Amino acid sequence: MGSKIFKKRMGPIEKQGVVQAYTMLVPTVAIVMAIVLFPLLANFWISFKDVTVSDLRTAEIKVSEKFQKKPKEKGDISKIEYRFNNFSKSSNIKEVSFKDKIPIGLIIKDLPSNCNLSENIIGCELGNFQPKEKKKLKFETIAEDKYFLNNENPKDSSPIVEGKSENRLLNLDLKIKNFEEIFTSPNFWKTIRISFAYSLFSAIGSLTLGILAAQLLMTTFIGRGIIRGVFLFPYIAPIIAVTITWKILTDPFFGTINGILTELEILNEPISFLQVREMTFSFVGLDFTLPVALCFVILFESWRYFPLAMIFILARLQSVPKELFEAAEIDGATPFQKFRSITWPLILGVLFVLFLLRFIWTFNKFDDIFLLTGGAAGTKTLTVDVYETGFNIGNLGTGAANAVLVFLILVFAAIFIIRFSPKE
Amino acid sequence: MSNIQKIIISFIIGSFWGLISNLILGIFIILLIGTTIQFNYLSFIIVSSITSLIITFYNKKNLQTNVSIFLLTFILILVFTGISPYGLAIDQNSFLQILFLLIQSFIILIGNNICLSGINKMSFNRLFLEIIFIRVLKGFGFTFFLTIVLFPFYVMVLMSLKTHQLLILNPLDLSVDISRGVSMFRSYIELFTDWGFGFYLLNSMIVSLSSIFIALVFAIPGAYAVARFNFPGKLLMINSILLIYLIPMITLLIPLYSFFTFLNLRDSLFGLIIVYPAVTIPVAIYMLQGYFQTIPQELEEAGLVDGLSRTGVILRITLPLSLPALASVSLFIFMVAWNEYLFAYMFLDTPSIFTLPRGLEQLDGTEVPRQHLMAGSVIATVPVIVVFLWAEKYLTGGLTAGGIKG
Repeated sequence: MGSKIFKKRMGPIEKQGVVQAYTMLVPTVAIVMAIVLFPLLANFWISFKDVTVSDLRTAEIKVSEKFQKKPKEKGDISKIEYRFNNFSKSSNIKEVSFKDKIPIGLIIKDLPSNCNLSENIIGCELGNFQPKEKKKLKFETIAEDKYFLNNENPKDSSPIVEGKSENRLLNLDLKIKNFEEIFTSPNFWKTIRISFAYSLFSAIGSLTLGILAAQLLMTTFIGRGIIRGVFLFPYIAPIIAVTITWKILTDPFFGTINGILTELEILNEPISFLQVREMTFSFVGLDFTLPVALCFVILFESWRYFPLAMIFILARLQSVPKELFEAAEIDGATPFQKFRSITWPLILGVLFVLFLLRFIWTFNKFDDIFLLTGGAAGTKTLTVDVYETGFNIGNLGTGAANAVLVFLILVFAAIFIIRFSPKE
Repeated sequence: MSNIQKIIISFIIGSFWGLISNLILGIFIILLIGTTIQFNYLSFIIVSSITSLIITFYNKKNLQTNVSIFLLTFILILVFTGISPYGLAIDQNSFLQILFLLIQSFIILIGNNICLSGINKMSFNRLFLEIIFIRVLKGFGFTFFLTIVLFPFYVMVLMSLKTHQLLILNPLDLSVDISRGVSMFRSYIELFTDWGFGFYLLNSMIVSLSSIFIALVFAIPGAYAVARFNFPGKLLMINSILLIYLIPMITLLIPLYSFFTFLNLRDSLFGLIIVYPAVTIPVAIYMLQGYFQTIPQELEEAGLVDGLSRTGVILRITLPLSLPALASVSLFIFMVAWNEYLFAYMFLDTPSIFTLPRGLEQLDGTEVPRQHLMAGSVIATVPVIVVFLWAEKYLTGGLTAGGIKG
C-alpha cells in the first residue's frame, strides 16, 4: 500500500531523482550482472552440456601450402597443393571457404569447379568439415614471362581460411548426463559427508576460539590494540603464504611441529599430518580411528577464521553499555554468572548468524583444502571435486554440475538462515 | 581468608605460571638453538610457588619490592636447577640462557602478581574462586592464542633467513646468526633476481590498486543512488546485494574461465582487474551507502542551491566527508585482491604477469628449498600486514561489514 501512495504523489522533482538514480546504478549493476549473475546462470547451462576444456578453443582449419617444381623458364608446369585439416576432435566446421594470392604470371591450368579466380586471388568453397576431417586441393600452373619479373613464391602469401565452427557451449544439445555421473559416482556420498563434516566442525572451531579470544580482549589493558591486531594475522595473511607455512611446519622429516612434538616426547615418531588419511590409536583400552588429515584441515580453518568471529563478537559486546557488567559485578555476580546471564544472551544472535554464514562459506571454500592437501587423504570436498572434474579430468560439464550442487546446498542454507535468524 | 587457603591458592597459581612459562620458553629455546633441552618443570614449579607465596604475604606493591622479588626468583631458579635452568651447560649459549631466564622470571613475577592481586582483601567463597580461576584461564588464554597466532609467522620469518645446508643439518635450529650479515637475505635476493618476484610484486600492486580504483568508480554512484534516492526496486536491490555476497566463487569459475578463454581475456591481468572489482562491488556499495546516509542531506542541498550539479555535490561534498568509509572500503578491496588465489591460479599462465599468490604457488610446485618458499611467503604477507596495521582502526570496521566472505 505504502509504495502505491508514494508513486501517486511522486512529482517531477522526484521523478527526476528516479532517473538520476537509475543512471547512477546502471554501470554498477551492469558489471555485477556481467561478472557475477550471468556466469551463475551460465553455470547452470554448462552443467547440462557435454563439453571439455579442449572445446573452449574455437575449432579452426589449419592449412598448409606446397609449391612443387618451381618454374625455371616460361611454360614450365608447377603444382600448388593446399592441405586442410580440422584438428578438432569434436567440432564440425561448416561452409569453409579459403582465399589466397597467386603470384602474377602463374596461370592456373584447370581451375577446380568449386573455385573462382578474380584478378590473381583464388577463392574456393570447401564445404563442411567433420571432426578430424582432412581435405586437399591441387592444381597445376603454367609460368608466363611476367612471373620471372617478380619471381614470387606462392607461399609468400599466407592463405586465409574461414568457416563457421559450431560452438559446443552454445548449441541446444542439453543432457542430464553430468548429473547422472555425479549421483552415481561411488564417492558421491563420501564427498558430501566430508564436506559437511569439514564445514560444520570448522565453523564450530572458529566460533569457539573466537568467543574465547573475544573474552580475553574484553578486559582493558595496555597494548590491547596491538594484541587485537596480532590476533587478526591468520585471517589477513594471504592464504597461499599460510598454507605453505603450515605444510612446512607439519612436514614429517623437517617440520618444526613434528620436531617439537618428538622433542617433548608427545609423539614417538613424526606424523605427516596432511598426508595420513586415518590413524588408529588406543585410549583407555578402546581403539579410536581418527581421520588425521581431515582433522588437521579443520584445525587450520578454525585457526584461520577465529579472528573474524572474534571481531564480530567484540563489536557486539562493545556496543553494550559497560554499566550492565558493572551493575552485575556490584550485585555480586561471579565471572561465570556474568558470562552465562549477560554475555551469552547478548552474543547468541551474532553467534547464530556467524555460525551459519561460516558454515556456508567453509562449504564453498576451495583454496584452503586445495592448497593444503589437494583433496588427498580423505579431504576431498565438493568444491575440490568441481575443480578436479572440471579441470583435472577436463570435463567442464560435470564440474559445472558439481558447482550447481554446491550452489543449491547454499540456497537451502540461506533459506534456513533467513527463516531462523533472530529479528535483529 | 585463612592463611592455609592463601597458601593453597598461591601454590596453585605459582605452579601454573612455573609450568607454562617453562613450557613455552623451552619451545622457543629449542627453536633458537636447535638442540633438545631439559624441561625442569619441578624446579620451576617450586620457585614460582615460592614467588607467589612471597607476593601474597609480603608484597607492598612498590617497585622496590617487585624488583627484589624478581631478583630473588632469578637466583632461586639458578639455585634449584643447579645453574643450568634449561639443562644446558652455562657456558654454552650463555647470553641466550640468561636472557630467557630473565624473561621467564619476569613472566613468573607479573603473572603471579596479576593473578594474586587483591587476594588479601577478598573472602574465600565461590566468587573468589571463580575470579582466581578466570585469571589463570586468561593467563593461559593469552599464552595459547599468542602462541598459535605468532608461531607460524615466527617460523616463516626465521626459516627464510637460513641457508639450505643449515636447515638440512638441523631443521629445528632457527637461530638468527647476525654475523652472516647481508647473506642472511640470500633467499630474498635470489627470489627477486632469479625468480621474478619483483614482477610478481609489481603485478600484485597493479591488480590491487586498479581493483580499488575500478570498484570505487562503480560503487560510489551506486551507493549514492541507494542512499539518497527513492526509486522503485530499491528494496530488491539492497536485498540482492547481500545475496550476491553469498554466491560461491567456485560456481563462477567454470563459466568465467570459458568466457575469458573465448574473449582472449584469460592469461591477462585485465581479466583479474575486471573480476576482483565485480566481486567486491556489492560489499563496497553496502558499506558506502551506510556511511553516505550518516552525512546530513542539508549539506548537499546547500551545494545544489549554490549551483553545483549532482556530480559536483558528490565530488566536492559527499566524498571528502566520507574519507574514513572510502579508506575502509579500499582496504577491504586491497586485501581481497592482494590475497586472491583461485582466479589468479586459473587465469594466469605466463610467468611475467603472475601476481604474488600465483607466483608463490608456482614456486611451491617446483623443487625449491624451503627457505625460498618461506621468503616468498614473507614477501606476500608483509605488505598486507603493514597496510593493515597502518590503518587498523578503519579496517576492523571494514572487516565486520564485509568480512564474512573468504
